[in-house]
Amino acid sequence: MSESKNTIPPKERVKLPRQHMPEEPPEERRHSFLEVNRGLTVLGATSEALRCLECAKPNCQHGCPVNVNIREFVQKVVAGDYLGAAAKIREDNVLPAITGRVCPQETQCEGCCILGNKFEPLGVGYLERFVADYEREHGVFGLPEKAPATGKKVAIVGSGPAGLSASGDLVRWGHDVTVFEALHEIGGVLIYGIPEFRLPKEIVRHEIDVLRAMGVHFETNVVIGKTLTIDEMFTEEKFDAVLVATGAGLPKFLNVPGEHLNGVYSANEFLTRVNLMRAYDSGFDEPVFDCRGQDIAVVGGGNTAMDAVRTACRLGAKTSYLVYRRTEKEMPARLEEAKHAREEGIQFLCLTNPVGFIGDDQGRLRAVRCIKMELGEPDESGRRSPCEVPGSEFDLPVQMAVIALGTGANPLIQSTTPDLNTNRRGYIAADPETLRTSKKGVFAAGDIVTGSATVILAMAAGRKAAKSIQEYLQDMTRWN
Amino acid sequence: MFPIVEAGFLAPDIKRFVVEAPRIARKRQAGQFVIVRVHAKGERIPLTIADGDASRGTITLIVQGIGKTTKLMNLLEPGDALLDLVGPLGKPSEIQRFGTTVVIGGGVGAAIAYPTAKALHEAGNHVISILGGRNKDLVILEQEIRAISDEVFITTDDGSSGRKGLVIDPLKEMIAEGRLPDLVLAIGPVRMMQAVAEVTRPHGIHTVVSLNSLMVDGTGMCGGCRIVTHTGAKFACVDGPEFDAHNVDFEILAQRNRMYADREAAELREFRENPDACLKEVRDSCRLEAAHPEVGLRHVGAQGQEQPS
Repeated sequence: MSESKNTIPPKERVKLPRQHMPEEPPEERRHSFLEVNRGLTVLGATSEALRCLECAKPNCQHGCPVNVNIREFVQKVVAGDYLGAAAKIREDNVLPAITGRVCPQETQCEGCCILGNKFEPLGVGYLERFVADYEREHGVFGLPEKAPATGKKVAIVGSGPAGLSASGDLVRWGHDVTVFEALHEIGGVLIYGIPEFRLPKEIVRHEIDVLRAMGVHFETNVVIGKTLTIDEMFTEEKFDAVLVATGAGLPKFLNVPGEHLNGVYSANEFLTRVNLMRAYDSGFDEPVFDCRGQDIAVVGGGNTAMDAVRTACRLGAKTSYLVYRRTEKEMPARLEEAKHAREEGIQFLCLTNPVGFIGDDQGRLRAVRCIKMELGEPDESGRRSPCEVPGSEFDLPVQMAVIALGTGANPLIQSTTPDLNTNRRGYIAADPETLRTSKKGVFAAGDIVTGSATVILAMAAGRKAAKSIQEYLQDMTRWN
Repeated sequence: MFPIVEAGFLAPDIKRFVVEAPRIARKRQAGQFVIVRVHAKGERIPLTIADGDASRGTITLIVQGIGKTTKLMNLLEPGDALLDLVGPLGKPSEIQRFGTTVVIGGGVGAAIAYPTAKALHEAGNHVISILGGRNKDLVILEQEIRAISDEVFITTDDGSSGRKGLVIDPLKEMIAEGRLPDLVLAIGPVRMMQAVAEVTRPHGIHTVVSLNSLMVDGTGMCGGCRIVTHTGAKFACVDGPEFDAHNVDFEILAQRNRMYADREAAELREFRENPDACLKEVRDSCRLEAAHPEVGLRHVGAQGQEQPS
């Protein structure tokens, strides 16, 4: 354990105010894809780090799905050793600049911070982002030590957070790691899903470059299950183990009348057109609905719904509605996203649910037919389940609607790998501890096992799978 | 990067490409497609695989220049490359011994129909092919189709080749004569496929169409290609591209395909004003990719400068 350089007595530390994240002003940012949060300065980061009580048994670390040693990295920030702090995080988390931006800290590390009992919790996310950005902006990064080459080949299917985090551990342990991606750019949901204003793509690319520098190989334009089957990855491409980390890519629709109308999108399609294909930039060829001066609605209450509605606002929508069937309290989105959305003028229509889409004679969307909802008894998730208020239908005039109700399991791999078992919802069945599947040498992690979750939970699953693959490969060596 | 090894026009604006893509060549089956992106700012477009040679590691694509991307692609020559090519996507055609099969290709649809017609022929079916186009120039792959067909009809709108009329005319006559085929495969413009479906529907003839809806990823992720059928919405990219013609709502398909008509027209105008600049974009994209195969176009250092790989 490193020694504390913090000379402020704990009694005084609790009185220090939590630093505010500097933000682009709402009036300006609602027209721009520039990142909303600007990051702490050195002074801000130091002031925030000094608030840490340096608990002997830190709760924050237990609250972190990948178990980052938060106390030690924060102590390094206090000591001014920002690169050391970044290296400390990277031992457990290969994507710190990303998680510092998109993790729901309020329910994880910060939610467990003891300061939060009486005061505001330590800004762990802000500090993580600060050290990762510092490292990137200074063009240097400490690569973790690498074990000697094992001669084992591991394939990772999918380059999203689960695949990337697994690749970082496996390459460090000396394996020859190749990550396959179906799209033309590496990063999965970090590239096609999360918008530029929340996670600049340059940051994702940089984190991938670090992995590349560590020795990870990347191949784009390969659809496993189509271009190569899982069996061929063993027989033709000679991999010793395969990790399936493809995410939950199948968009959910409402299955209500009029969903085929032009102007009705899945969140996946709308965000992919804008983020991956950069349809917001007239220099790029991929088209997207022209939101300028139009009224639009996004259906859903999660982070993806927030991303979609704020994207439409930036594309020039006149009024942007968020239609959600429960109340704001039940919204699964990060608190900060809902706050930012509200500041940007997004209209929240809670306790409202679409029952159909209405079009004109050209097949273009003209309105969403909605019904008012009220909260009933809590359901299995503990959230009070909404019920329709009879006779409360009304039409919300909009020209574009985006459905952001989560995703299901994409059956591409499962359907071409008959001995890979799935559960009744189509997700890959994997042992919760080892993440082994029914097929020898094949592991699965992330949303394709659990259904839609968060970036950090996918990363945690990726690490767990990496550890299990390591054990599998060691056993293989022992027995051969 | 996927090098183009052969390229030549089959008709004005219809070009045949042979592209190096060994993995796709090994796996592709009749009826499947690829998604192509020709330059770093380009859109992703689906193209049906017209043929392939696993031993050479090549696939054949036949492209009709309609919008900016296809017209731009048709400027490419051997020595150029496609920046991104992914596949084979979609379900292969269902090939079995049906008996008598009628394969209808309208315009460039012949290129899409050809591999399936060939597979039907190889499976021992009696293959009757009907090729149609507005005029003689737009009837493509006639020789190739003749080689694998038992009977061939050619129709043109102006009578410049074969008989004057529509592709459905020989089909209607066949049915009137009491020759009911066991399978009809129709590939071409939406309205042509719709017309074929209406001819066969009253006779209950199993009819299959290959649908060209708008796509982004081609793997079932976006749902943009959704087709309305009698059994609910289906994705052309993973549930298709071939569907039972009597089950498809062609009006909605035609409507959805018009979704970006204005933007597409604007891009085409822009392309026509300066095709060389667009071509340069393609060549620059592929050159950069070739110079940094490990890192591609997207490798930018911490300070924003290009870094050596």
